[in-house]
Amino acid sequence: MARYILQRFFSALIALWVLITITFIMMHAVPGGPFATEKAVPEAILRNLEQKYGLDQPLPKQYIRYLGNVIRLDLGPSYKFKGQTVNDFIRREFPVSAEIGILSIILSLLVGIPAGVISAFRQNKWQDNAAMFVAIIGVSVPSFIVAPLLMYVLALKLHWLPAAMWGMTWKQAVMPVISLALLPLATFARLMRSSTLDVISQDYIKTARSKGLSELQVVWRHVMKNAIMPVVTYLGPLIAGILTGTFVIEQIFAIPGLGREYVWSVTNRDYTVLLGLTIFYGAFLLMMNLLVDIVYGFLDPRIQLTGHKE
Amino acid sequence: MKKLALILLVVVMSATLILSGCAQKPAQVTGDLAKDQTLKMDLGVSEPETLDPAMQQGVAEFNVATMMYEGLTRMDDKNQPYQGVAEKWTVSADLLTYTFNLRKNAKWTNGDPVTAKDFEWSWKRAIDPRTGSPYAYQMYYIKGAEAANTLDPKKDEAKIKPALDAVGIKVVDDYTLQVTLAAPASYWLGLTSFPTYFPVHRATVEKLGSDKWATEAANFVTNGPFKMTGWTHKSMITMEKNTKYWDAKDVVLKKITIALVDDSKTELTMWESGQTDFTEGYPAAEIDRLKKENKLTILPYLGTYYYSFNVKKAPFDNAKVRQAFSLAINRGDIVNKILKAGQIPALAFVPPGIPDATAGSDFRKTGGDFYKDNDLAAANKLLDDAGYKDRSKIPTIEILYNTNPNHKTIAEAIQEMWSKGLNIPKEKIKLNSQEWGVYLSSRTKTHDFQVARAGWIGDYVDPMTFLDMFMTDNGNNDPQYANKTYDDLLNAAKKTGDQKVRMDNMHKAEKILVDDMVIAPIYYYVHIVLQKPYVKSVAINTIGNTDFVHAWIAKH
Repeated sequence: MARYILQRFFSALIALWVLITITFIMMHAVPGGPFATEKAVPEAILRNLEQKYGLDQPLPKQYIRYLGNVIRLDLGPSYKFKGQTVNDFIRREFPVSAEIGILSIILSLLVGIPAGVISAFRQNKWQDNAAMFVAIIGVSVPSFIVAPLLMYVLALKLHWLPAAMWGMTWKQAVMPVISLALLPLATFARLMRSSTLDVISQDYIKTARSKGLSELQVVWRHVMKNAIMPVVTYLGPLIAGILTGTFVIEQIFAIPGLGREYVWSVTNRDYTVLLGLTIFYGAFLLMMNLLVDIVYGFLDPRIQLTGHKE
Repeated sequence: MKKLALILLVVVMSATLILSGCAQKPAQVTGDLAKDQTLKMDLGVSEPETLDPAMQQGVAEFNVATMMYEGLTRMDDKNQPYQGVAEKWTVSADLLTYTFNLRKNAKWTNGDPVTAKDFEWSWKRAIDPRTGSPYAYQMYYIKGAEAANTLDPKKDEAKIKPALDAVGIKVVDDYTLQVTLAAPASYWLGLTSFPTYFPVHRATVEKLGSDKWATEAANFVTNGPFKMTGWTHKSMITMEKNTKYWDAKDVVLKKITIALVDDSKTELTMWESGQTDFTEGYPAAEIDRLKKENKLTILPYLGTYYYSFNVKKAPFDNAKVRQAFSLAINRGDIVNKILKAGQIPALAFVPPGIPDATAGSDFRKTGGDFYKDNDLAAANKLLDDAGYKDRSKIPTIEILYNTNPNHKTIAEAIQEMWSKGLNIPKEKIKLNSQEWGVYLSSRTKTHDFQVARAGWIGDYVDPMTFLDMFMTDNGNNDPQYANKTYDDLLNAAKKTGDQKVRMDNMHKAEKILVDDMVIAPIYYYVHIVLQKPYVKSVAINTIGNTDFVHAWIAKH
């Protein structure tokens, strides 16, 4: 187990290094730079700025220096927001994105899993049809439509909730969390429904029923544990994706999260922010995938975590 | 309340009488005040790039700095500078030396007095090439500033200090500052109300570090009408009235909350749902409805939207072709059918709103219009004369613009006008939409375009801010125009303080620019803000800077 984790850790480091290198090259290949403005800045001023941030150095030199800083966990200063560093951004903005993410994952699990199980047990009855109708809407209507719609109705027309902003009252969390939860909620419901249908046709469920267990016991002890596997698989990358922030929701609701930061860093050509957040996101994704594999091992004894084939 | 208003008015008026000779300070409270003097606004950006005034270059940042700091002067909504930290000033006969007398009751928020030394140190800090101020060229009007700022910090480190010492900024005593300009510039006084010219608190900057001090609310030591009490990054800034401000009695607002929001749809929803009282953000698609509901405040704006012709790329290397394409644009239709918010068709380049040599005159009115809008007969004749009688011989043309629904609609309209009006097959006129950074690079660096959309807002209130862009060596000369007569006229204007000669030269230069049709002016901008009817006395000048110093909230 320890050996397996260590091996995965080293392959993750190599993956990260490749990620940094490719991003670095692509980023500098895009025309424009962090100090480009519509009003021409005198050459001398541009040179002063580039010297100050070390952008006057040849690219290979900048690359080596950057790698050195990354090893020391220093992701560098932002070129756009003077005096602020990428580490500041992550420290401030990751908790915000994570909070919305965790709330929406909890909401989607609490609603999506029971909905899926109920659908399976009431297959083709009205409960199933209703739940799957909602799920299809959840999967197919993107958040950039749901969010403004919620905003229009709940903030502008009914005045129940503030239109945007974050962290001043719990009310500000309602619309972003619902908009963000809709897609995973629907996905969970659909995954859970199909895997539950799979499981309940298995022999051991029939055995459990014939032993005289109540339906609730059957669901809880036998069905759930086995049907949940696809949900766990989906949960890993989902957590990584949702916790590190989503551009659309954060942009629409003016939430100071990492997702908005990431997308804007491209527009701003804020090289260090773009690279730093890519590394952060990459590391987080690799970590979550590893975690999912470990959780698999506990849930399903048939899966073995070993460093080599046996 | 009315009594208080009256007293305030008397105070303001008597103050201006004593300080005659300088511009009048704007009068303020003229009605009942609301109980809660809090102004709620949003900034239109997700975060100010910096609140270190020397490092600022954007209007959103300027507007926040103008709350927190005060320069020698402030600017009213008519672009007239009036007394800030400077109580009065005199100008030498050659218009080169300004002597400012600073008021003795100007204080920093920590109680320190604001002195001439603060200004000297702060201005030289902005000029110092090691500071890396992107707007340092606003200081180039001062003698020796350009020479010091353009030194290479790596190669000429030793030369920086002597160069800074030689800059024309002199502290006569704690409350007298003498500034020598490189050449006369009538509009320079107005620049002292700009953030690049704001004083910063030396002890704070030195203690926390030149790059680091301006990032947290607790660190700021400032001298303006409001002081920052909170800065939740990328979310919200809060300001409170600064009771130590020398003119605190004339500041009515108690609090300003600034939401850091950059999504125009969200900005509008926040404003319409009452979460904010003041915004400049709205999606272009909403303009019709907002206008119908009478929600827009439309203000003059010193700016021109235009198309640049690359004079080094065929077919626009031929002046006749440029003229033909410019004359074939129907500006009236663009303004009335697409933009619909009071923009003015541009029949010259310099927009209205700039005073000419004689008092009360306007540069645009004096200069008049240079051509007729949508003059298809003349346009077609020009194109025939240019050797394109057979229209199929015209090379394929590409219009470059940055990705944005408004620019796209205008480009499509112009494509249609050129194709129909000049009888050019539509497939010969292509549209090229590029992401902002890529577009900037194509337009301003590699000059890889034939026709490019552009816009220019004046840096100061003088025709020069529009005309010197197209001088041969100017960094903003995207069309790569080179005309010695044009350069000579403007260089002569730059050297003299005689307004009549200056204006005369600039009129001549503008005529050359338009005759050569290096650019096709399309419309003069307007500045649109959304403010609730109870928000009063916000001073928005025609170059877009907004001052809330005398704003107040009426009873509602």
